[in-house]
Parts: sequence; structure tokens; C-alpha cells
Amino acid sequence: MKTAGGQFGDRAFKWLTLLMALAIFALIALIGYELFRGSHLALQKFGWHFLVTSNWDPVNDVYGALPFIFGTLVSAAIALVIAVPISIATAVYLTELAPLRIRQPLIMFIELLAAVPSVILGLWGIFVMVPWLRDHFFPLLQKYLGFLPFFKGPIYGVSMMAGGIIVAIMIIPIITSVSREILRSVPGLQREAAYALGATRWEVTRIAVLSYAKKGLFGAVILGLGRALGETMAVTMVIGNTPQIVKSLFAPGYTLASVIANEFNEATGDLYPSALFEIGLVLLGVTVLVNIFAQLLLKTFSGPSVKPQN
Amino acid sequence: MTAPNHNWRNFKNVFMQMLTFACAILVVTPLLLVFYHLIKEGFSSINLAFFTQLPKPVGETGGGMGNAIVGTFILLAQAAVIGVPVGVLGGVFLSEYGGTKLNWWIRFAADILNGVPSITWGIVVYALMVVPMHGFSALAGGVVLGMMMIPLVMRTTEEVLQLVPGGYREAALALGISKWKTILQIVIRTALKGIVTGVLLALARVAGETAPLLFTALGNRFWAHNLTEPIAAMPLQIFAYAISPYDDWHRQAWAGALVLLLLVLAINIGVRFLTRDRFRQKI
Repeated sequence: MKTAGGQFGDRAFKWLTLLMALAIFALIALIGYELFRGSHLALQKFGWHFLVTSNWDPVNDVYGALPFIFGTLVSAAIALVIAVPISIATAVYLTELAPLRIRQPLIMFIELLAAVPSVILGLWGIFVMVPWLRDHFFPLLQKYLGFLPFFKGPIYGVSMMAGGIIVAIMIIPIITSVSREILRSVPGLQREAAYALGATRWEVTRIAVLSYAKKGLFGAVILGLGRALGETMAVTMVIGNTPQIVKSLFAPGYTLASVIANEFNEATGDLYPSALFEIGLVLLGVTVLVNIFAQLLLKTFSGPSVKPQN
Repeated sequence: MTAPNHNWRNFKNVFMQMLTFACAILVVTPLLLVFYHLIKEGFSSINLAFFTQLPKPVGETGGGMGNAIVGTFILLAQAAVIGVPVGVLGGVFLSEYGGTKLNWWIRFAADILNGVPSITWGIVVYALMVVPMHGFSALAGGVVLGMMMIPLVMRTTEEVLQLVPGGYREAALALGISKWKTILQIVIRTALKGIVTGVLLALARVAGETAPLLFTALGNRFWAHNLTEPIAAMPLQIFAYAISPYDDWHRQAWAGALVLLLLVLAINIGVRFLTRDRFRQKI
């Protein structure tokens, strides 16, 4: 029989844990509230024009976020173009094709790569990757693909392309681990059926595994996109931080996250910080929408058994 | 009998195996390169002074980032004070209490919260704490890292609690032990290793965060004497040095990055040994 004390303890403990779990909603509300409050002035002054004008001029207190939105989208797009095929191929290799003995060490390396702090990749990016891109890779790209407008123009090293590549390095481990979980949740019967028809290993993968897992893999990619859009430090260190909209990927750019990182502490007056808060609000809105989409894809693909990696 | 396209199919099979293998190698290459360059550029600057001294002004060689190393640990301690109780108890609720629907929404919200860009957290806590307190502070830095830990710890705690067999709970309840004591003394204790693992991984993750600290902890060239002052942190110091034009500072940045990476990787590899059996099962 339960004592009265036990009952009280039970109830108190349950309410305590409930309160802690609900902190999640409180945090989301807090983020939204503070960003709206902070960007109040800018929202009032610019409204929707903020998103479609490209004049960022703190001296005259005129702010438009278009170059940053452009830079964020382009760097994320470059990152996805590089990261998606490589990540999915790696996930396929790790779950379907690799000899069992080398799976574990490879998986560990990839998980460790995911743990490398952004600022360290940025440091490496500034001093190792960017000079290499400038002296070797970009000239090569220009030589063979220079007829495309994206690869025309002077080469500085720090550039939209460099930003995209560093983001790719950061999201590859995420897309790979989530894709691996997805592929692992494909029922073995699927594979056996294809084997029974005489398919080769690769054919089994293509016919029975990949087509089955399409939706989940798409979710993994969208999750990577969410990370790519919000990535800050490493991008800030290699993208060149110039608010402009140009075709060449060798030209410097600027992203939503980077402009906050660079200018927030120097922003004086009322409107300037408010404009940066509005940039934060835009960034939050986009990443939250993308993440909701990704989570819904992942959750409907296989129920709660697939936990997105962080 | 061999089908006419048998060779072609076999070739394709081998080709795709090699192609995907090449991709896997490509994925791990950056990690190896980063590590190689960190050791090459940073190792020579690591000495006792690096861990114990303050940064030297521009033009003077030597000095260290003792204040940033201590600062990072102070920030992590504060983060743990906020993130661990909220995260663990929230995880207990998700695993032991609540209805399916409510818990689905909490899980969903936690996953969304995990995806919020770290820079956004920075300006939110700036508005929440730095503005009202009229200044950057170690406290604000600890709070922002703690908040970021909450969804991480909550999800991992829930996951490991669910690995505890239901029979343990039923046995305890059958003995007349109240539910909350069952949870605290049986369920949590059984899963303690896993919970600690989750907490350590969350700490390793926020230890490297730079963006949220830019507008909260700010960084400090000197030792911080109390929590209401700005405080130095390794990621902040690495960032400041990396974008500076001085060679001496670049060397310090490499050394700092090497120490920070070793710390983060040590935690990550350490917990793998701690939970070896569980991980082997999962493969």
C-alpha cells in the first residue's frame, strides 16, 4: 500500500519532470519573442521590403537583406551539390557494400568529423583550404569550366565557393549518419527478395534499398540543408564577407549568419541592431521551416526508431 | 548459362563498390587533414606557458591562453548546472510519463530546437541577459550554452531510459516502492552510464561553440574575477586570433585549436569506450 508521503512524492516528481520537459516549448517561445521584440523597429520601418532590397548601408541607416539571403542560399546550394552525392554514397557503402571489418572504424571517423568545432574548421579553412583553392583548384576549374558564368572573374580565394565547400564538409557527417540510419531500417526481406532474383550487390542496393528509402534519404538531405543555412563561424571565416549579388562563385559573398556574427557587437543606434535582429528572425524562420519539413519526412518514414543525429 | 549482359552487370557492381569506397575516403580526408595541420602548426607552440599564462600583447612572442582554457571550463560548468537537470528530468518525463501525443510534440519541438542556428541563440540571450544586466558576462555565456544543451540531453536521456527493461520497473513497483523512487533508484541508476555519456557529448558539442558566445561571454584578455564580467573562452580566442593579421597570434590560434580539438575528441572517443557494448550492439 502506498503511503501518503509516497503519493505526494509521486505527484511532485511527475510535475517537476513535466515542467522540465515543457521547458522546450518555453525556449522556443523565448527565442521567437526576443527576436520579434528586438526586430520591432526594423519590422515597422521596412516591413517586407527588408527581404527584397539589397542596400545594406549602416551609415545612412538603410537596410536590405537580399545579398545575405542570396549568399546563404547560394552557399547552402553549393554545399548540398557537393555533400548529397558523397554522403549518400558513403552511407550506401557503410551499410550495403563495405566489408564488415572496416565499417566500424569508418563510422567512428565520420562521427568524429561531426564533432570538430566550426571555428577549428574555419581556422583550417583560412590558412590551408582557401590558399589551396586559390592556387590550384579554382584555376583548374576556371580553365575547364570557365565558359560558365559561375566560374568567370577574378579569383580571390575567399569566396562563395569556399564558403560552400566548408559548409559541405560540415554537413556531410550529418547527412551520412542520418542516411545510414535510414538505410539500416530498410527491412532485410527487401534485399533478400532482390538477391533471390539473381541481382548483384549493387543492383540489390539500387532496386531494393535506395528506392525503398527514397523518402527518408530526402529527409536526411533536408536536415543537412537546415544545418547548412544556419552554419556561422566557418563560413564567416572563408566567404569574404562582402554583401553583393554576383554570378561568379569565385567572388566573395556574405550570409545571414555571418553578418550577425560580424556586425552585431559594432551595431550602434537603434535601427542597426534592430535590422540585425530581423536578420536573425529571417534565419530562424527559414531554418525552423526547413527542420520541420525534415523531421516530418524522417518521422513518417520509419516511425520513432530513426533518431536524427546531431 | 550466362546472360549476355552478365559481364557488364558485374563490372557495374565492382565499379559502384569502388566509387562509394572512394566517397567514404573523401569524407574522412578533411578530418585527417585538419588534424595533420593542427599538429604541424600548433604543436610547437604548446608548452607550460600556453596553459598558464595570459595572452601577450601584439609584438611579444610567447604567452598563452590560460584564461581562455579556464574560461571554457567555467562556462561548461555553468552550462551543465542549467542543462543537466532540465535535460535529464525532461528526458525522464518523456520516457516514464506523459501521453503519446504530448510526448510526440515535445520530442518534435526538441528536434526543432536542436536545429536552431547557434548564432540565433547568441542574440536571443544577448537580449535576455546582456541588455538588462548592462554588460557582457560569463553568466550570459553559461546560460546560452546551458540552453543549447537542454534538447540534446533530453533526447539522449529519453533514449537510454527506454533501454531499461520494463521488468525492472514492474519488479520495483510490485515491492510497493513508489514510482518516483523506482525511477530515481532503479531506472536512472541502471541507465546512469548512458545518461552520463549523453551529458558528456552535449558538453563536448557546446565546448566548441563560438557564435553564441560572441555576444554573451564576449571574451577577455585577462582573468575574469567574477561571473558578471566578460570571460575568455577557447573558441572565441581562436576566432579572434585566426582573423588577426599577426603571425604570433596565428600560431597561438593553431595551438589553441589543437588543444580544443583534443579535448572534444577525447570526450567523444572516451564515451565510446564507456558504452562499448551498447554501441557494438547497434552496428
